[in-house]
Amino acid sequence: MRRTRWRRTLAAGAATVALALLAGCGGAPAGPPVLNWYINPDDGGQAEIAQRCSAASNGQYQIAVSVLPRQSAEQRQQLIRRLAANDSSIDIMSIDPPYIPEFAEAKFLAPVPEDVAQRTTAGIVNSAKEGASWNGELVTVPFWANTQLLWYRKSQVAGTGLDLSKPVTWDQVVATAQAKNSIIAAQGIRAESLTVWLNALVEGGGGQIVTNASPQDPDGVQLGLDSPAATKAAEIMKAVSAVGGPGFSTNSEDENSNAFQSGDAMFQVNWPFVWGKVNSAVEEGTVPQSTPDDFGWALYPQTEAGRPSAPPYGGINLGVGAFSKHTDLAYQATECITSTENQKQYFLTNGNPAARISVFTDPDVVKKFPMAPVIAQSLQQAKPRPQTAYYSEVSESIQRTYHPTAGIDPPTVGPATAALIKAVLAKEELL
Amino acid sequence: MTTTTERPGTGTGASPAPRGASDRSRAEQKLGWYLAGPAFAVMLLVTAYPIIQAVYYSLFDYRLTDPDNISFVGLKNYAVILTDSIWWTSFGVTVFITVVTVAVELVLGFLLALVMMNALRAIRPVLRAAILIPYAVITVVSAFAWQYAFSLDSGFVNSWFGWLPGISAETDWFGSTGSSLFVICLAEIWKTTPFISLLLLAGLAQVPDVLQEAARVDGATWWQRMWKVTLPNMKAAIMVALLFRTLDAFRVFDSVFVMTAGANSTETVSFLAYRQTIARVEIGLGSAVSVLLFLSVVIICIGFIKGFKVDLSQARGEK
Repeated sequence: MRRTRWRRTLAAGAATVALALLAGCGGAPAGPPVLNWYINPDDGGQAEIAQRCSAASNGQYQIAVSVLPRQSAEQRQQLIRRLAANDSSIDIMSIDPPYIPEFAEAKFLAPVPEDVAQRTTAGIVNSAKEGASWNGELVTVPFWANTQLLWYRKSQVAGTGLDLSKPVTWDQVVATAQAKNSIIAAQGIRAESLTVWLNALVEGGGGQIVTNASPQDPDGVQLGLDSPAATKAAEIMKAVSAVGGPGFSTNSEDENSNAFQSGDAMFQVNWPFVWGKVNSAVEEGTVPQSTPDDFGWALYPQTEAGRPSAPPYGGINLGVGAFSKHTDLAYQATECITSTENQKQYFLTNGNPAARISVFTDPDVVKKFPMAPVIAQSLQQAKPRPQTAYYSEVSESIQRTYHPTAGIDPPTVGPATAALIKAVLAKEELL
Repeated sequence: MTTTTERPGTGTGASPAPRGASDRSRAEQKLGWYLAGPAFAVMLLVTAYPIIQAVYYSLFDYRLTDPDNISFVGLKNYAVILTDSIWWTSFGVTVFITVVTVAVELVLGFLLALVMMNALRAIRPVLRAAILIPYAVITVVSAFAWQYAFSLDSGFVNSWFGWLPGISAETDWFGSTGSSLFVICLAEIWKTTPFISLLLLAGLAQVPDVLQEAARVDGATWWQRMWKVTLPNMKAAIMVALLFRTLDAFRVFDSVFVMTAGANSTETVSFLAYRQTIARVEIGLGSAVSVLLFLSVVIICIGFIKGFKVDLSQARGEK
């Protein structure tokens, strides 16, 4: 009797589970397709754009955002791991430009339709167009473009004789900081930002870190780290680290913006987020209005006097996943996301500069970001980091040999790094 | 009453019932296999399978973003790793962190175990809970806490200990190898000393009171009792504590990842494996590093068991 009852209970339980499972599998979900947009962390701007574009699609699609890790290298890792497993849930990705060649070579990106390419690159700054392309072809859609400026404290520079209304060189900036016994805040930490800095210095001297990307054959990659421009770049790095303050070898963008904001550093090379940060601090009452009033900005310093500088280019481009089930809709969505209006809003609310030139002359933008014309000019002459499918290897090798910058030997560090990169790409050495 | 005809020294629990064993003993062994069998199968699935897969991948040149160009390279990956200074630096750093942290933790842990053992019965639970708190903190969280404490901008260590020679407001703890390793070791010691002290406390509790009493009656001093009675009787517990902690310390990852990210030659073997496999997506090379790490751990394990000449079944009271 007891056994029968026990069996009945078991059967009823099994039937319930089976029904629940059947109900779960029953048909496609109602409503428009949901496009998953993997975004880098921000102040909520991309989530807002996703909502606006979902509403504007008239029921064609909904955009759901998923936040990636904070560091761009970790964002790359997570996306690559998923894409290598042919993850079809990745529809749109916010990608840091240096990793785009690797994604394109691995065939992780759905081809950009020609009409979309034409529309999304109209009126886009040079560096963003270059950074969104690989092998001369647009493989991602430019969204926002970032660049570094030379920030200075007006009160500290006054009377030093340095005229920042004209382009200045790194040598002049170092000499001024030395004369004032102050600090230059640059990114000396062993991280991606060190490669960003070196690339800007080498390109500013007319050189290139990678001269032949050789996408199909890693052994064929050619490097220009033994050029005079690379030697000069290493000399500048060493000289700056001598006036970089005690924590120079561990300082990243955040620490540097703090040092500059507090007045410890008279110069810094940094992204425009520092302007939004100091103004937020004023609103919170932690910093007086006199602090942002004392902020000055200029174009990134020149490596060589007379040769235009090549400021770092950063930002985000949008890639559409090759395994997405809705590539057409995803490209429609990228057009909406990167519209002039959304780029402007994103600039105003999150402080990330637009990739479209017209945004920089918008009165609302100029009012909130008085340095907008300088940013626009900087973006026009900015240079992307080495475009190669093996960017991680190149960047990590640089971080290994150029860090700490105070200890480098300028004539030998470049050739040594080139030899390391070649050996690493040939898989003869670890990294 | 249970009749055990098992010969002394052969009882490992997993060996087949000896000839002449009673029916009940055989049935118990059979039940043991039924109970442990599923867990054993799951263990094989979740541990042996990835190990075998790593060994397999380590024989290939395989980049995750270039799956069309996988090629068999035999033991080349191992040759590259073992002839590279990065491997030996990482290995040296790992051994250094392991030796320093385990040695300090053993002494500190033993002292804490003695305190817990001899504390008044009323405060014993509170004391144990207090000592265990660091161990309850997730390693990555503790690593961040220590990093913030020692960093130049947010840290308080420089201002608190500025009176000590060599420490000033501008001391950059993560700016050089020695000071970075010092903070990493400190964080590890803070985090895992409670674990070792808990294991040693269990060992201390197992030392028979009658032996202590007899030694006391014979006029042995506290030190003599410690050296001649307590420690020899805790040999198995000490070995287990040392072995667990050494294996744990040898796989140190979180603290290095958070505090220095391997800068200033502070990279450990686990971090090296992570970088090759996850950051560089070189699955072949990364798997080879992982296999070498696994072999190191196995060698440590065998070394401890042979070196201490301890039969773990002794600790279970089977002898």
